[in-house]
Amino acid sequence: MRDAARASLRAFGRAAPAAAAVGLLLAFNAAFTPGFFDLTTVEGRLAGSTVDVLNRGAVVVLLALGMAIVIATGGVDLSVGAVMAIAGATAATLAARHGVNAWSAIAAAVAVGAAAGSFNGALVAGAGVQPIVATLVLMVAGRGAAQLLTGGQIVTFNDPVLNFLDAGFIAGAPMPVLIAAAALALSLLLTRGTALGLFIEAAGDNERAARLAGVRVRAVKAAAYVLCGAAAAVAGLLAASDIRAADANNAGLYLELDAILAAVLGGTALRGGRFSLFGAALGALFIQGLTTTLYLHDVSPNATLVVKAAAVLAVCLAASERVRAWIKHRSRP
Amino acid sequence: MTPRGPGSRPLRRLRVLRVPALLSAQHAPLAATVGVLIALFAACAIAFPGFLSPGVARNLLVGNAVLGLVCVGMTFVIISGGIDLSVGAAIGFSCILVASLVQQGWHPLPAFGVALAIGTAGGAATGALIHRFALPPFLVTLAGMFCYRGCALMVSERSITIRHPFHRTLSEWASGPVPPAVVLFVVVALAGWLVARWTRFGRDVYALGGGEESARLMGVRVAAVRVRVYAISGLCAALAGVATTLTTGAGNATSGHLYELDAIAAVVIGGTPLAGGAGSILGTVAGVLIFGLIQEAMPHAGVTNSWWFRIAVGGLLLAFVLLQRAVESRGRR
Repeated sequence: MRDAARASLRAFGRAAPAAAAVGLLLAFNAAFTPGFFDLTTVEGRLAGSTVDVLNRGAVVVLLALGMAIVIATGGVDLSVGAVMAIAGATAATLAARHGVNAWSAIAAAVAVGAAAGSFNGALVAGAGVQPIVATLVLMVAGRGAAQLLTGGQIVTFNDPVLNFLDAGFIAGAPMPVLIAAAALALSLLLTRGTALGLFIEAAGDNERAARLAGVRVRAVKAAAYVLCGAAAAVAGLLAASDIRAADANNAGLYLELDAILAAVLGGTALRGGRFSLFGAALGALFIQGLTTTLYLHDVSPNATLVVKAAAVLAVCLAASERVRAWIKHRSRP
Repeated sequence: MTPRGPGSRPLRRLRVLRVPALLSAQHAPLAATVGVLIALFAACAIAFPGFLSPGVARNLLVGNAVLGLVCVGMTFVIISGGIDLSVGAAIGFSCILVASLVQQGWHPLPAFGVALAIGTAGGAATGALIHRFALPPFLVTLAGMFCYRGCALMVSERSITIRHPFHRTLSEWASGPVPPAVVLFVVVALAGWLVARWTRFGRDVYALGGGEESARLMGVRVAAVRVRVYAISGLCAALAGVATTLTTGAGNATSGHLYELDAIAAVVIGGTPLAGGAGSILGTVAGVLIFGLIQEAMPHAGVTNSWWFRIAVGGLLLAFVLLQRAVESRGRR
């Protein structure tokens, strides 16, 4: 029990750089963005820049949670953006074209996401294919499959349940925020409340040692991809609900990169072995916070891309052990 | 098991004797790629009357010269054990830069020079960062992608038509018997093949991909090789951007969208494993031609929906990945 507590404490420690980055961003906004922390209620719904960041960041938070788990097993999932498109297309076509009940459509979309994840898992854990290549297959083909489902069109829907996913709110809080928070709580419970988190770290840190210690490495890896696929499907549902349509071409485009970035920013080592879900969520919120802050300061979205590039590099450099060693070497007289 | 001894002559003679066996194991992926290319071409030629026309062959080359240019550079990066996600955005940047400079009254030739210099320098900087601080190539080139795309859109969000007599002459050649983009592709591919196959630098790239530590112990100047590999990729992407201006007669900041993905797919289909240390430029050329052949064959087969193309490429990728995996595990046994 004490070990588990220590492990989760260490996981929080890993989130420190992401927390610091978010703190810096908040401090900047406190000083230079008037009204950033203002909260108002519009028609019983909380509104304001901070709520906006949480709301828009929810999709990447969901992706980053799954991605952190996959990266911790020593893998990576490039297909999450494509899986988002497939999930959105599944739900939209079922609901809008086939008159399927919205709840069933949502369940089907999540099931399709999990199936995509198990395809990735089978390639990585079963066939032993390098994760970056294995998930590249779905990254390339996935959008094609999504377009196949929608017939190449943007499928619009107007269903109260599907609309509620993005536009709804419970007790003033927007649904995407609640969904992302629930996903964070659930995944924390799953990985830190049980031994699964330990197995994941063991599998990613030293596969052979983990196997010899009795961890079913293949099953753990496959499970990680299934979880990631399901999380991506939920993210895809949110993205579709946001525009009330499934856009197979653009849904989740390049978000796999944001998700990997968020996970790494949150203290998950890209070569596997250790992860922090809390950090991944913070990383995702940092990315969204940065985008929103620049937007509020009238910086063009194009320049935002360049700032993002600088942020990626800064994060990489901060996480690099070689840089740390260099600084340590320098600071010593 | 053959006895090993440093510099023993009989051993070397023995290895020469075993060359055919070595050939078959090492070149199985290349053989498979070329086999698929020939089979695919033969199938198309038999199934679709009129496929064996110069027009189709021309389309095949013209339509894929830009992708092919990028793939040559990407092959070097992947053989060295890295990856370059920035190439698609680099195409967009060099493309819009050339157009914008010509619009400001520059002669196209120095504009080409500036674009190529920036591409090469950007690649070299990427390589230096990756090497100096031991950063993951995936994330650093991701930053490069954001940076290039942001800068490209900052140059101009709108497409710029290039109006210069010299450029127009070159562009008109694009519809003539010797399209400049194709010439560029053939020359670059040939040069790439020669460099990879017959120079010390080429051998160093393979050695680096096979294992950084052992390469260093062998006396490979790892830093220089890595910087050059990414510089080559940057140069190839910039050349692809220049070629794009020649084929379209205009500059567009969004050119090269998703080309990094297509390039990686074509290189893997070409028999170069993403793990590095193996592969060939010839295979990559075959991979690009397979890519183009599928694209070309689809309308002949009555399939006009673009999504089947993505699904077919994904399926082919899957087949090749599994094949490579089978060859790998057989070689290990």
